[in-house]
Amino acid sequence: MIYINGLSNISPQPTSAKKNFLSDVIQYNTNMLQCIEPDYSDFMDTNALRRMSRILKLGSAGARFCLEDAALEVPDAICIGTGKGCFKNTQIFMFSVDENKEKFIPPSPFIQSAHGSIASQIAIQTGCKNYNMTYSHRAFSFESALLDAMMLLKGKIHENVLLGGVDEIEEIQFNTFDRIGYYTKPGVNNLNILTDQTKGTIAGEGSTFFLLEDQPTANTYAAVKDVHTFSNPGNHFQVEDVILHFLSQNNLSVKDIDVVVLGLNGDIDFDGIYYDLNTSLFNNTRQVYYKHLCGDYLTSSAFALWMSSLIIKHQRIPETVSLNDKPAKGIQNVLIYNQHRNVNHSLMLVSGVA
Amino acid sequence: MKRETNRVFVSSMGIISSLGIGVQENLDGLIKGMSGIGPIKQLKTRLSSELIAGEVSYSNEELIDISGMKSTRGVSRAALLGLIVAKEATKDVELHDPSIRTGIIVGTTADSMTHIELYLKDFLSNDSRNEFIESQDWGASTEIIANELGISGYQTTINTACSSAANAIMTGARMIKHNLLDRVLVGGTDALSKVMLNGFHALMIIDPEVCKPFDRDRKGLNLGEGAAFLLLESEKLTLKKNAICELSGYGNSNDAHHLTAQSPDGEGVAMAMELALSESGLNAKDISCINAHGTGSENNDLAEIRGIEKVFGNDAPSFSSTKPFTGHTLGSSGALEAVFSILSIQHQLIFPNLNFKRQMSETKLIPETTLIPSKSVHQVLSNSLGFGGNNTSLIFSKLVI
Repeated sequence: MIYINGLSNISPQPTSAKKNFLSDVIQYNTNMLQCIEPDYSDFMDTNALRRMSRILKLGSAGARFCLEDAALEVPDAICIGTGKGCFKNTQIFMFSVDENKEKFIPPSPFIQSAHGSIASQIAIQTGCKNYNMTYSHRAFSFESALLDAMMLLKGKIHENVLLGGVDEIEEIQFNTFDRIGYYTKPGVNNLNILTDQTKGTIAGEGSTFFLLEDQPTANTYAAVKDVHTFSNPGNHFQVEDVILHFLSQNNLSVKDIDVVVLGLNGDIDFDGIYYDLNTSLFNNTRQVYYKHLCGDYLTSSAFALWMSSLIIKHQRIPETVSLNDKPAKGIQNVLIYNQHRNVNHSLMLVSGVA
Repeated sequence: MKRETNRVFVSSMGIISSLGIGVQENLDGLIKGMSGIGPIKQLKTRLSSELIAGEVSYSNEELIDISGMKSTRGVSRAALLGLIVAKEATKDVELHDPSIRTGIIVGTTADSMTHIELYLKDFLSNDSRNEFIESQDWGASTEIIANELGISGYQTTINTACSSAANAIMTGARMIKHNLLDRVLVGGTDALSKVMLNGFHALMIIDPEVCKPFDRDRKGLNLGEGAAFLLLESEKLTLKKNAICELSGYGNSNDAHHLTAQSPDGEGVAMAMELALSESGLNAKDISCINAHGTGSENNDLAEIRGIEKVFGNDAPSFSSTKPFTGHTLGSSGALEAVFSILSIQHQLIFPNLNFKRQMSETKLIPETTLIPSKSVHQVLSNSLGFGGNNTSLIFSKLVI
């Protein structure tokens, strides 16, 4: 078993605080949700801060909070998933190349444009010289990092792994994807995205970290049992088949699933699969969703894993995420199902350790 | 002692670089000792007047023809390079057998950058280049290749800068060892872009002439482009036919030193090599030769040579960098050099480190400078060092059946 023995979550919601698990959620009136950022100067040198890009600060702070939660200073390995990585700096550098006609271009944005610099920054700040990996594959980025972390622990190669899902939304990315219909109308109330019945979703971002070990501690939240990714299913029947196979591989059936966490994002063009599952496989299962809180982004499933871990630990489902009122008592198994534009589909199975 | 038990074999491979298309053209180039680095002709850049690079000598239109792609919507140069070599590496393989769990793992640094840098302003202002908007991420080529080949299993993309492809190869091997896959196409692809050319130029680490790795007077690296894939198979799957070598070891470490530079003490790269040796169950003295990362930059070569000294002492095996042949192809370099390492074993050859003249003051070690025919290339270690201090070592071994 792989245990979640520490976690942290910087998101558009007040998720940094350990108490009040999603009891006070923020209602936004915009189709682009951004993180509530901590005061970085509380724990970072001002000179270092000035040099760091926003995504590096988000990743660095997220890693720090997670390690604090796990009472650990130096992780044994680092696995990061990021869909867009440090692309903002690449864009800054691209515009600079054009503006300066390829002459005398300041190199600083280029230095922080490699996606791996999020994980490298964490290695530098913690002094972790071991395994250091960055996955950047659309909506599989976080799941790939999780699978890698689980292999490292199952192979007994490392004692613990710091796992992160980190992405930022910024204006240029938002505007380009908005032009091809990714996002719903401006001024939308994030808490109403499912009832608005529009095309497009709301953009989001987050920096969510987990400290994984193969032994439980007094701080253990939950156990990650399994993760699976699959691409381009033909229809929801094929998705059902994959889910049933995934559960049977873990000696479970649908009735063993106490809560299903769904990646519903309010886009009527892509949410149909979830609603089909809700009236078939999960008709008698407590259903919850989360993207109205953090927005949609390529590593949003990390937010879902964070939420699932706390649902298990606190044995409580926050009202704001409930889709139905099927009873869920003695929550032992939570299944997360997310899909991105019907291309990248993923499943994660999280369980209680009691 | 082996820490993971299943063995992993390389059953076929494919490559495209400035040396040519396909394994044979690349082998011919290495044997002739002719560098593929020259004037920049394909990429439109002001820097073509002052810099050289290892470009693949085909236009995008020619690459589309070679790749056989019918729909090229949103397809970048990196995807075309990747698809061509992915087809070469899988030409004799039935990829659609549902009983064989098949995946693809690609390493890339820039992926679709060649299109993004041309069209970013259009993305924001008009609809003329909308087909490329969704390829503004690093999984685009992987998904195009997977869809074209019909690989429906596990797919992912690694971006750890210049060690990306080596890490993709390592990850694929680990998934086979963990019995998560039976077969996996691993490697990398990167096309030359204005962003990378200007970025490395701004960092002042590009040599305007062909690079000279491990030379006292080295002035920097040359960029290149290319792609390579290996088809890795489990022991169970591969014994039915003829594997070309075994991937016996791998290791990854991080310098925890600087966002771009390598730690000059070589500790990180030494650790990666030691981890690879430990995984393979081999001793340092078993290594026949090293395909060094050897970019020709001041910092890389010093860190790497010190790492080699830490692991091998003054008794290091033959080593050479093939970067003067291909240029530094960034995220795909580890895959190109994996192919070269395997060619060393298959043909019992150690490839020369072109352009080396003067020994570095910091070390007694000097690279091989001529093509060495050898009867004893059994284990080849290949290093890849990336931005952010990410170090990966792979060990390829001659088949022992």
